[in-house]
Parts: sequence; structure tokens; C-alpha cells
Amino acid sequence: MDLLQTIGGYLFTDIRMAAPVLLAGLGLLLMNWSGLLNIGAEGTMLIAALAAVAGSHYFGSVWMGLLLAMLAGAVFGLLFAVLTVTLRANQTVVGAAINILGLSLSTTLNRVLFGVETTVTKVDSFKVLEIPLLSKIPVIGQAFFAQMPIVYIAFLLVPVMHYFLFKTKPGLNLRSVGENPRVADTLGINVYRTQYLATIIGSMIIAAGGAFLSTGLLNFFTEDMVAGRGYIALAAVIFGKYKPAGIMIAAMIFMAGNVVSNVLQVAGVGIPYTFLTMIPYILTIVALTIFASRAVAPASLGKPYKRG
Amino acid sequence: MKALFTTKMKTQGKAGAKQVLVSFGATVFALALGMLLIYAIGFDPFSAVVAMVDGAFGSKNAFGETLVKMTPLIFTGMSYALASRCGLTNLGMEGQLYMGALAGTATGVYVSGLPAALHLPLTILAGFLGGALWGLIAGALKVRFGASEIITTVMLNTIAISFIDYMVNGPMIEPPGINCQTQPVQSTAQLPNLISGTRAHWGFVIAIVFVVLFWLFLWRSKRGYEVRVAGLNLSAARYSGIHTDKNILLVMFLAGGLAGLAGCNEILGIQIRMIPEISPGYGFDGIAVSLIGNNTPFGIVIGALLFGAFRAGGNRMQIRAKVPNAIVSVVQALVIFAVVASQMLLDKWNEHQMKKMNRQESEVA
Repeated sequence: MDLLQTIGGYLFTDIRMAAPVLLAGLGLLLMNWSGLLNIGAEGTMLIAALAAVAGSHYFGSVWMGLLLAMLAGAVFGLLFAVLTVTLRANQTVVGAAINILGLSLSTTLNRVLFGVETTVTKVDSFKVLEIPLLSKIPVIGQAFFAQMPIVYIAFLLVPVMHYFLFKTKPGLNLRSVGENPRVADTLGINVYRTQYLATIIGSMIIAAGGAFLSTGLLNFFTEDMVAGRGYIALAAVIFGKYKPAGIMIAAMIFMAGNVVSNVLQVAGVGIPYTFLTMIPYILTIVALTIFASRAVAPASLGKPYKRG
Repeated sequence: MKALFTTKMKTQGKAGAKQVLVSFGATVFALALGMLLIYAIGFDPFSAVVAMVDGAFGSKNAFGETLVKMTPLIFTGMSYALASRCGLTNLGMEGQLYMGALAGTATGVYVSGLPAALHLPLTILAGFLGGALWGLIAGALKVRFGASEIITTVMLNTIAISFIDYMVNGPMIEPPGINCQTQPVQSTAQLPNLISGTRAHWGFVIAIVFVVLFWLFLWRSKRGYEVRVAGLNLSAARYSGIHTDKNILLVMFLAGGLAGLAGCNEILGIQIRMIPEISPGYGFDGIAVSLIGNNTPFGIVIGALLFGAFRAGGNRMQIRAKVPNAIVSVVQALVIFAVVASQMLLDKWNEHQMKKMNRQESEVA
């Protein structure tokens, strides 16, 4: 029973830790299927994490924080779309610049808004929402049904996104833009509008992941707090073979690395702390190495489309 | 096939001058935006700029600081540019920089009994190799398994920084182990001062030597030509019998080595010993440096001068005008956006002119 309880505890942590990566991965997926490769998730999550804290601080509601974060994400998405869709700039370069902007702007604004003192400003954060009855199920009840609302949203988004992408007309149109924009164009699909929408909505979903870091996992902002999760989400999309359920599994496996490192740390097995912190990143590389060749990306991913 | 690429490369060269002008205009535009932002967050943009220029060029000491900050940026700029010329995206400069610094520190601290004439070159070589091997990992993962170097290099950054944390706090910690830093490198491995009364050191000269080597490799060697062809069109390069896999490995090795030298020189010329945070982000700065320089040797030096001055002046600006110096990186991102956007606008304008000319020709006919 004790062992089962421990496992339930790990599962609880894993699911909670996976949520931000899952959200970022799903946002990226939307963009990828429209043919855009945005490596800027890291920066988008960072500015969103700050916006969430600012919104929660000034409006006193964590939901306002989430709203502000998603707005910030939308602005970053719009910036990416203008440069890569309309101006057809190199998507990797623009994405890298988005990351630089997200890191530096969040750092600057944090210092301006909350000062440079060592005490961090704590804000209202998401509360656990226990689902009656279901949360009483032994072992898994707490893990699955006693999480924060945004965790439920993240995981419910998996079937929703799958249904949208693979079972609806707009989803089919979106994917055809990512596979072959020229054909999509001749079929009367507005390629540019599709890509703009995918980028803006995708960035808003990524931003929700960033907001969860600063107002869910924690209740304050620290500089560079995303700590590579935006890039891990990129790997999760490839590992998950460009499918929502695959991304969910990938996010849970990568973040299980985090759980493992926490467990080993507490157990005191003598492995230096710094090595334990490497585990999720090493796991990401290993997973990418094994599965990279098996994932089939949308055919026109990363290639700018020019009409006419 | 070969002729086609040569023509393409030559026309690129001619457009170079216009390119430079556009990059310059875009940079000025981005700087103006940056000032607007400083104003928007409640500071005086003009006193910020004055403090920054003063901190970067206002005195001999200030100019020395600019040279100090420029040195690693030349290396990381070349690192990104070299990979970029081969069609690769090296985002791992930061990790390669740290591994180069670590290898250089180890050689500088633990190898003893050599005269400076041997010890210093050996240490610099170790710094190069430290970064190069770290870069090669990403190259090998790409060639062998098809793993995207964009992701692996970033993951390797975090792993390298954690590893350095471990080394500096553990095996390499300075006895008796109170401060998390290594012993100082021996005097035989330290880079001599370049301008007395400043911190500028001979690492800057080494950087310029490598800029020349960078040019020789890419534009005067057969291998460099192959690399550039592969960068322009991978499948065509493969078709014409160029061993692209071998080139990817070589380029990631060299690009890693260049970033490694950024870290190694910083140790041998400034820090003297390894500490956990030797780089304020020189690695990612390399992207903007190379982009402003359009991946050319001279352009990279100019880009490094600009961002080196930013880094040097940024500290003064923070102290005097109270503007957080992270704003320097915001401006850097704005510069990238502006340069990229203006290049694309230039392309569109050229296209438009071309169409107009074609139309006129057909009307005459």
C-alpha cells in the first residue's frame, strides 16, 4: 500500500510537471501543421510567465494573469507571423530572436515592475480543484483528479486538438497548408490567414504553459524560469510524431526525468545534485536520437510559402 | 552545376554593399525603437544613451572594456556563421563556450613545468578542442540519427553548464574548498595585457587571426567551398558528389571549437580561473553578431564591435541611468528582427523592380 501511494505521488508530480510542456507542445503542433517551425516557445513562455504574475498582481486574480499571459503570447505570435509569413524571413532565426526577446524583456520588465530586491513578489496562484468522488479513487485519484484547473485544461486539450486536426474541415485545411501550401492555395484555402491564425492561437496555448509555471507550479516570477522547457516541447512534438497524444506521452516521459531526479535527490544515492538536474535534458536528447528518424514532419515544415 | 553556384555566389557578393547599407539602416531603426522602449518603461533614453556611449568609448579604459567584450563575440559570431554557411543552426555556442573554458582552465591549472611559449598555445588548443568535441556531439547525432541540431545543441548547453557547476564545486574546486572556483591558471598560460591601463588582452589579437583563418577556410579552400555549396542547397550538393555528412561533422567540430575559444580566452585573459558563470550570454549574442555581419568575416567584426560596445556600455548605463542592462538584449532582438525584415523587404523590392523591367521589355518588343 505504501509503495502504491508513493507511485501515486510520483504520478501526481509527473502530471503536474508535464502540463506546461504539454501545452507548449500542443501550441507548437498547431503551428507545425500549418508549415511553420517556431523555435521561439521558450521566449514566449517566459514573457507569458511574467505577464501572468503581473496580471495576477495588479488585478488580484490568477485568471486575469492567465488572460494577460495569453495576450502577450498572441503579440509574440503575431510578430513571428508578420516576419515569417508575410516577409518570409528565416523561421529559425526569427524564433531564436523571439527567445532572446522573451528572456531579456521579461527580465527587464520584472526589474522595473517588481524591483531588484532579493524578496520576490508573491501573487495569487492556481488552487487545486478536487473533483468529488473521483479524487477518492485509491492510488490514481489524487494524481488524476486533484490537480489545478489548468492541468485539466491541458490534458483535455489533447483529444480536442486531435479531433480538430484530424476530424474537422478546418483541421484538414490547416494540415493541407502544412503539407502542400500550393495545392491548398489552388483549392481556395487562404494560406496566409491559416498560418497567421495557427501562429497566434498556437502562441496563446504556449503562453498558457508559461503562465502555469509562474502562477501554478510557483507563485512568483524568476529570471529564466522556463529553463529549457520550450525546447523540450520542440523535442516532444517530434518524439510524439506530430500527434497530440504522442506529445502528451512525450511530455510525461521527459518530465518523469524530473521526478526521477527529485526521487534520487531525496534518497541521497550519492549522485551529485548537478548530475541529477541534467536528467530531463539527457533524456530529451536520447529520445530525440532514437525517434527522430521515425517521425514524419509535415512536408512543407519550415519552408516559406510564396504566392503566385 | 559548379558554374551555377559560382554565379549565384558572385551576385550575392555584388548585392553585399547594398546589404550592408540595409543592415546599417535596420540597426539604427532598432536602436531608435530601443530608446522608445527605455522611455516607455519610465527612464530617460538620452541619458541612457550618453551613459552607454561613455561606458563603451568615453575613455581609454572604456574602449578597453569594449575590446574585452568584443573578443568572445567575434568567436561566437563566427561559430554561428560557420554553421549557418553550411545550412546548420548552432544554438549551442553557450555550452561550447563553457566546455572550452573548462578544458582551457584544466590545462592551464594542472599542466606545469612548461615555458609560456609552449604552455599558452597548448592551453588554447585545449580550449578549442573542449568546445569542438562538444559541438561534434550535436553533429554526430544529426548525421547518424537525424536528430535536429537546433534541439540537441540547446540541451547540450544546459548539460554543459550543470557539468561545469559540478566540476567547479567538486573535483576542480580550489583547496580548501570554500569558494566555488578553481585555482588560478598558471602565469605561463595567461594571456598578456594588450593595452596597459585597461583589461584588453591578447585574446583580441587571437580573435582577429581566427577571423582571417575563417575567411581563408570558407573562401579559399576546397572544403570551404563545399560547405558553402551545401549551405545553399543540400540535395544539389549531395548530387554533385559532395560528402555532406563529413562536412556537417567538420563544421560542427570547427564551430564548437570557435565558441570554445571564446570561453578559453575569457579565462586566460580576464577571469584567470573558472567560476560557474563566466558568460553573460555571449553564446546567444553570436546569433545577432553573425546576422548583422551577414555571415562575412568583416561583418562579424563590426557586429561584435556593436554588441561588445552594448555590453560594455550597458553596465555603465545600469549604474548611471538605472536602466536594467537586460535591455541591451532586448535591443539585440530588435536588431535581429529589423535586419531580417529589411533584408526581406529589399528582396521584395528587387523582385518588384525585376518584374517592372520585364514588363517594360515586353512592351518595347
